Amino acid sequence: MKLHEYQAKEMLRLSGIETPVGVVAHTADEVETLLRQMNITRGLVKAQVLTGGRGKAGGVKFFESVAQAREITDSMLQTTLVTKQTGPSGELISKVLLEQPVEISQEFYLAILIDRAKSCPTMFVSSEGGVEFDEVAEKFPDKILTIALCEEPDFRALARQINKVFRLDKETFENLVDLLEKLNHAFIENDCTLLEINPLALCVENGRLLPLDCKVNIDSNARFRQKQWSACFNNELNEHEQTAAKYGLKYIKLDGNVGCMVNGAGLAMATMDTILANGHAPANFLDVGGSASEEAVTQALKIITSDPNVKSILINIFGGILKCDIIARGIVNAVKRTGVKLPLVVRLEGTHKEEGLQIIKDSGLAITRVDSLAEGARLAGAAVED
Amino acid sequence: MSVLVNKDTVLMTQGITGKAGLFHSIKCRDYGTQLVGGVTPGKGGQVVEGFKVFDSVQECKEETHANATMIFVPPPIAAAAIIEAIDAEIPLIVAITEGIPVHDMIKVKRCLYLSDSVLIGPNSPGIVTPNQAKIGIAPGNIFKPGKIGVVSRSGTLTYEAVYQTTLNGLGQTTAIGIGGDPVHGITFVDVLELFRDDPDTEGIILIGEIGGVDEVKAAEFIADEIKVPVVGFIAGVSAPAGKRMGHAGAIIEGKGTSAGAKIKALTEAGVTIAPDATLIGELMLDRINARQKYGMR
Repeated sequence: MKLHEYQAKEMLRLSGIETPVGVVAHTADEVETLLRQMNITRGLVKAQVLTGGRGKAGGVKFFESVAQAREITDSMLQTTLVTKQTGPSGELISKVLLEQPVEISQEFYLAILIDRAKSCPTMFVSSEGGVEFDEVAEKFPDKILTIALCEEPDFRALARQINKVFRLDKETFENLVDLLEKLNHAFIENDCTLLEINPLALCVENGRLLPLDCKVNIDSNARFRQKQWSACFNNELNEHEQTAAKYGLKYIKLDGNVGCMVNGAGLAMATMDTILANGHAPANFLDVGGSASEEAVTQALKIITSDPNVKSILINIFGGILKCDIIARGIVNAVKRTGVKLPLVVRLEGTHKEEGLQIIKDSGLAITRVDSLAEGARLAGAAVED
Repeated sequence: MSVLVNKDTVLMTQGITGKAGLFHSIKCRDYGTQLVGGVTPGKGGQVVEGFKVFDSVQECKEETHANATMIFVPPPIAAAAIIEAIDAEIPLIVAITEGIPVHDMIKVKRCLYLSDSVLIGPNSPGIVTPNQAKIGIAPGNIFKPGKIGVVSRSGTLTYEAVYQTTLNGLGQTTAIGIGGDPVHGITFVDVLELFRDDPDTEGIILIGEIGGVDEVKAAEFIADEIKVPVVGFIAGVSAPAGKRMGHAGAIIEGKGTSAGAKIKALTEAGVTIAPDATLIGELMLDRINARQKYGMR
């Protein structure tokens, strides 16, 4: 789950880390009042979107007066920002962050993320801040220092290691020690899976290290104990994805026309892959859960058909503990309850498969039964073109 | 032969009085697994569905001599349950629970380094040695004793592969779901090592997905160490980068973690990649037959 920049900076402040002075605006009309309150006369308007490559796409702009800030805010809000990471559909800007400028002499890169192979948090630092990390990793791989973090790191020793890259003077070095301890604390206390500061800037005025931009991902599995961020868990989800989550379904909307409903995340991905391999595009990822109960199937059908792009639906269920005949009854009832009119293709595999297929046949509903996943993908794809 | 579990496996369930824990404990016992009891703190002394309930893993182990545990404890306290099993020196710990915070799993891994316990999962469907022992939530009736070792990060895809090899007569030595979480216990390489040393495993099916680099490491190990045919399947070719596809581990975050990179590494290691999940069993049969006919790997 991703936090917006302003939320990430709030998290840093709650951990005692200084951030640039700033304020969030939801409308252009409130810009003037907000800036006066914060005593900001010039600075930056930053689009609050959950994607990288924002600056290059025109999502960050300077203002020299309050009037200009209002103008820029007005031109940004309710428009979509297309960056190289968003794809052509872009991301809607519904808030901007207005920030006071900071005079800086150097920019660094610092991030903590979880190294899956080592199963521990790992810090990445580089002297090349302010550039996208992928670019740095590609152009100057030797300029990136990687340090695995143990349970109770010695922050002074860690800072000494990092200072071989940053080359800070004595006074600023103390700020680095303090910052590292607070960042590590923030990372663990907030169940972060990523905390990226880029750039981390050295301020001319007071020798402080200041995070100018910050990206934070929080582990969705920790939602039960990260109550302060509970509102943010919906940051990335559209309305239907939120409904799905409420019914314990995992749904992600995609751009294709073939809707699909599958039990199990791996099989769901495999189904999407087969649709693609047969020349069509999946409209969604949907895992109805291992058991695929009638209630789950009904909700799933409602969510899939709420997407106007969907022209046909492929249902792929492996009957295990809940056997295929029970699942087939669930599908038949769900189709009757929701009154779905789109072409439906069903593949059932596993225990009591024949009985299940017979139930679907006897229902009299226009459901195509298939044996193989590839055949299902072909037929569901062909139905899109009809 | 088999790996990790067999007819001598003596199993307990942590979280046995919960709905899922009890349901699957009954299913495992019905399959023939020696399930001797379970743990739910505060409910020690009770008997549910014929299972003796204990307050702690240590007590349950002392009285029942269990050498394996399966964990159905809810996510907020699941890591503590795994650590309790590690402390009690249970040799095999199978964590079924889905949704354990990754920071909790980091703590679990730090405890595991100091112990001899093997952890399968979390977010695992379990492990089955056909007709000997079933631990976890896999449907027992799709298995058949035989010669294929199955290792997978996904539940239902494991069932697909298992059922296909049951229908075509190959059968399985042992099937293991290592779980879909980013930080987990036993890895592909660990399981491949076990299958390598099992004389009855004549072929291996490996089912991976996007995210992490476990499959790439598996490819290196296969190239160097595995002498039997391997068929692979990688889910997530169509997944958009950065989106989480159900499994917390299934997210493309960098080089070597995409489906394409994994398929390339495995293919170069001599693994036959199934273009479609429904072809896994058929391709395995082809490889086994070719090996018998021409003596090729």
